[in-house]
Amino acid sequence: MKKLGTTLAAGLMGLGTSAAAEVEVGMIVTLSGPPAALGQQAVDGFKLALDELDGKLGGEEATLIVEDDELKPEVALGKANALVESEEVDFVVGTIFSNMLQAIFRPVVESETFLISPNAGPSTFAGRNCNPHFFVTSYQNNQNAEVMGAHAQAAGYEKVFMIAPNYQAGRDNMEGFRMHYEGEIVDEVYVPLGHQDYSAEIARIATSEADAVFAFTPGGMGVRFVRQFRDAGLADRIQFMSVFTTDETTLPAQKDAAEGFIAAGNWAPDAENEASQAFVAAFEEKYGYVPGGYAMQAYDAAMLIDSAVAAVGGDLSDKDAVRAALEAADFTSLRGDFTFNTNHYPKQDFYQLSVKQREDGAWITSMGDLVFENYGDSFAEECSM
Amino acid sequence: MTSQADPQATTASPRAPLVIAGLLFAVLAAIPLLSELWGGAWLTSLAVRAMILAIVAISLDLLMGHGGMVSFGHSAFVAIGAYACGIMLTEGVYEMALILPVAIAAAGLFALASGAICLRTSGVSFIMITLAFGQMVYFALGSLAQYGADDGLTLWSGPDFLGTRWLNSDMGVYITVFAVLLGTWALVHRIVQSRFGRVLRAARQNPTRVASMGYSVFRYRLTAYVIAGIIAAIAGVLWATHAAFVSPSLGAWQRSGDLIVMVVLGGMATRNGALVGALFFILIEETLSAITHDWRLIFGPLLVLIALYARGGLVGLLDRIRGPA
Amino acid sequence: MSTTLILIQILNGLQLGVILFLIAAGLTLVFGVMGFINLAHGVQYMLGAYLAVALYGLTGSFLAALVLALPLALLLGLVLEFLVFRHLYDRDHLSQVLATFGVILFLNQLMKVIFGPASLSVPPPAFLDFSFTLVDGLLYPAYRVALIVAGLLVAVGLWLVITRTRVGMLIRAGATNPDMVSALGVNVRRLFLVVFGFGAMLAGFAGVMAAPIFSVEPGMGDNLLIVAFVVIIIGGAGSIRGAFVAALLVGLVDTLGRTLVTDGLRLIMDPSSANQIGPAIASMLIYVLMALVLFWRPEGLFAAKVSR
Repeated sequence: MKKLGTTLAAGLMGLGTSAAAEVEVGMIVTLSGPPAALGQQAVDGFKLALDELDGKLGGEEATLIVEDDELKPEVALGKANALVESEEVDFVVGTIFSNMLQAIFRPVVESETFLISPNAGPSTFAGRNCNPHFFVTSYQNNQNAEVMGAHAQAAGYEKVFMIAPNYQAGRDNMEGFRMHYEGEIVDEVYVPLGHQDYSAEIARIATSEADAVFAFTPGGMGVRFVRQFRDAGLADRIQFMSVFTTDETTLPAQKDAAEGFIAAGNWAPDAENEASQAFVAAFEEKYGYVPGGYAMQAYDAAMLIDSAVAAVGGDLSDKDAVRAALEAADFTSLRGDFTFNTNHYPKQDFYQLSVKQREDGAWITSMGDLVFENYGDSFAEECSM
Repeated sequence: MTSQADPQATTASPRAPLVIAGLLFAVLAAIPLLSELWGGAWLTSLAVRAMILAIVAISLDLLMGHGGMVSFGHSAFVAIGAYACGIMLTEGVYEMALILPVAIAAAGLFALASGAICLRTSGVSFIMITLAFGQMVYFALGSLAQYGADDGLTLWSGPDFLGTRWLNSDMGVYITVFAVLLGTWALVHRIVQSRFGRVLRAARQNPTRVASMGYSVFRYRLTAYVIAGIIAAIAGVLWATHAAFVSPSLGAWQRSGDLIVMVVLGGMATRNGALVGALFFILIEETLSAITHDWRLIFGPLLVLIALYARGGLVGLLDRIRGPA
Repeated sequence: MSTTLILIQILNGLQLGVILFLIAAGLTLVFGVMGFINLAHGVQYMLGAYLAVALYGLTGSFLAALVLALPLALLLGLVLEFLVFRHLYDRDHLSQVLATFGVILFLNQLMKVIFGPASLSVPPPAFLDFSFTLVDGLLYPAYRVALIVAGLLVAVGLWLVITRTRVGMLIRAGATNPDMVSALGVNVRRLFLVVFGFGAMLAGFAGVMAAPIFSVEPGMGDNLLIVAFVVIIIGGAGSIRGAFVAALLVGLVDTLGRTLVTDGLRLIMDPSSANQIGPAIASMLIYVLMALVLFWRPEGLFAAKVSR
């Protein structure tokens, strides 16, 4: 067992706990079950960054331990305890899902280990419960939906039908959409998580008078919903808008069924800056699929850690110095400008994205209009840090 | 349910199970000391999780092994206990002396009401109707928007214990969980050995005869169902205290399935089967998943082999290795 | 809530019911005839869907994939029977649960290792790849009609096999009284093999047919397995007729419930509470239905056995 191995090795060499000349990163993401593709993107994104940095973070030898939370809170908690208490890692990078983050949050931050989320950005830890040891390189969960709502308002859709799975993130996204959208919400429907057949919901959409749909149906749910929506012939007369529904993890299965559908986000693989284009090319070369936001945000998380370790000269014992270095976010994000808000969630630009086919045949999301510039979340004001 | 050989036969030499139990409890007691040398809080946290599951598995074995009632909704009681604790902590009630009775009452009442309905059925129908009630609890907890709904609830402070911060220290939680496990193990054995347990077991094998002897099979079974539900709820309170987090997934049908597997794996209706099954399940899961992310490719066939070749589960296997007494 | 919408939802409910029937039919035979709890029936459905993906990749034709997938699903079922299940027929239900649970873990993970974790899809056959107008502005894919028809054909076919053939007679007899069948000199082992292989093929067929509608992913059969068990318990173990009626009932209750419960609650409470509670109640409905049926008729609606 590697736990025994590393600890014994460290003990025998008389190095004590985590050796000064090394950076240890533990990663907790979902690698089991249907949403495993999301976790895999994050792992591959982080590993690509490590490769480009010659296996070093901030000039120090880096070790990466990847753990699978299996989408079970108790497993996530066990893995987090292992990383923090037994491996004594310097950084924990995770998670994909907000409920997993809830499970690992307290043990990680209370051990004063820095927790960097490459995706999950729940409102819970953005406001009153913000934490000096917690950083997010993605977004606050509601933000993409807020952007989509702002776009729907600007584009002049008058009646919108909303659909989401029946759990907290689903409700958060529906709330987010409402923030900037002032038209009529003709109906809002909640389906069970992992829902298979959307015929019933599609019939409701068809008989409503909506001119647009706003969906939050992540992963496999999105694959099914998008295809069934297209098959029902609704795509031609009702604009499909969504978040986390048509992205690089689902498009390989949705393909042309999602053509012309729009989404919102902080980045797309055809972003025009040089760093991003190099990243996408290297990623596809190495892993054979198109990276999505999950990979990009994990890559940025690695670069963030790299910048912070370099700034403190490899001395991770001074937590305040490390925190200050992380807050500075002195790295080149693939999405361009990137700074941390007062609650350690990003302030960044958000775009309208649309689904299209690339010249080589791959289906991707593509950058559209800039909707918000340097946009922070609304919870930050409740955070006192 | 096809009946097996009388489970009491396996306890023919009464000392062997005590030795096994003694060893297991000695190891569990030594883990906090051991963790100073290796593993740290990860090891104690793993052991706490295994012990809590063992408590639930032992209570389920009272139903399954001794009572012949295979509940596919047992994890719902864990979730009820955990949520009773989580909701009270969120609402500002921190005293365990208040939380525990509420959790017990909630689980007891639910067990009484659902058990009265479930116990009209038996066999596979019982499995499915307990699943139905488990699912109802699961979906109901997932709709509690003010308590985190499906995402679950982070608990920002642990409960007080008679005014002390005992349950806010890792060691306090460890000792408490250990004591509850030991207590549950002893209590369930006492129950099984009592007249109550004998009636329950007899009713498993021949309900008509037991009824004709003047016992109300229904009442005995319902009592066992309530007892098992309450024990599981106590385990749920302990889980909430330990994990500082509760979520509806505690009551998902997959968890109930895992529990059944643990009990069968260890050996039903034996002194230590449920205990061994739960500890082994967690240990093997943790070991294999440390080797490869695809650990289920090993674990799955292992379960198949145990089902095929280890009649009476791991405890039965141990008995046979030791040779016929 | 318009009448049109309710009619459409009834159609949708029937369609869900047909898919459930295809899965439950094999399960109820294996369970009813052999008294065998096959939790792995859900992963056999998943194998069917993955076979469709793989064979479609090889042949480029859905029909060819369907035709090839059936014997392969049968073969895989027989391999499982040979390796695992036949050693468990005489054992108690819980050993079967343990072993088939192990099979689920293994095959779900194996599919992930072979095909990757992401959702995959298969397009419907070209000649069915069109839609027709159901009501103004809502198209109904022809493939779904084909699916309903296929399900009904399977139901009729099964009914004929079971009521009109010698194998069917043995299956009925086996479901009612296995000891008697054995005493009459019938090779029960071979009967079991036939039933089991047939069940596996039905599950595989359901998987192939579902592949163009649902996404193909590891674990896709797990939740459906539970619902399929609900169906066969409501219908009565071993009864094809029961499985058919119960599958349609569950499909209708689930589909209509998801539409009506929230709308109904909105009449008596504020919309946000209704949105909160409605979906939870809608998810519970089929379990409430099962609990009610079991309460009044513990053997299910169309029990094949008098008692067990």
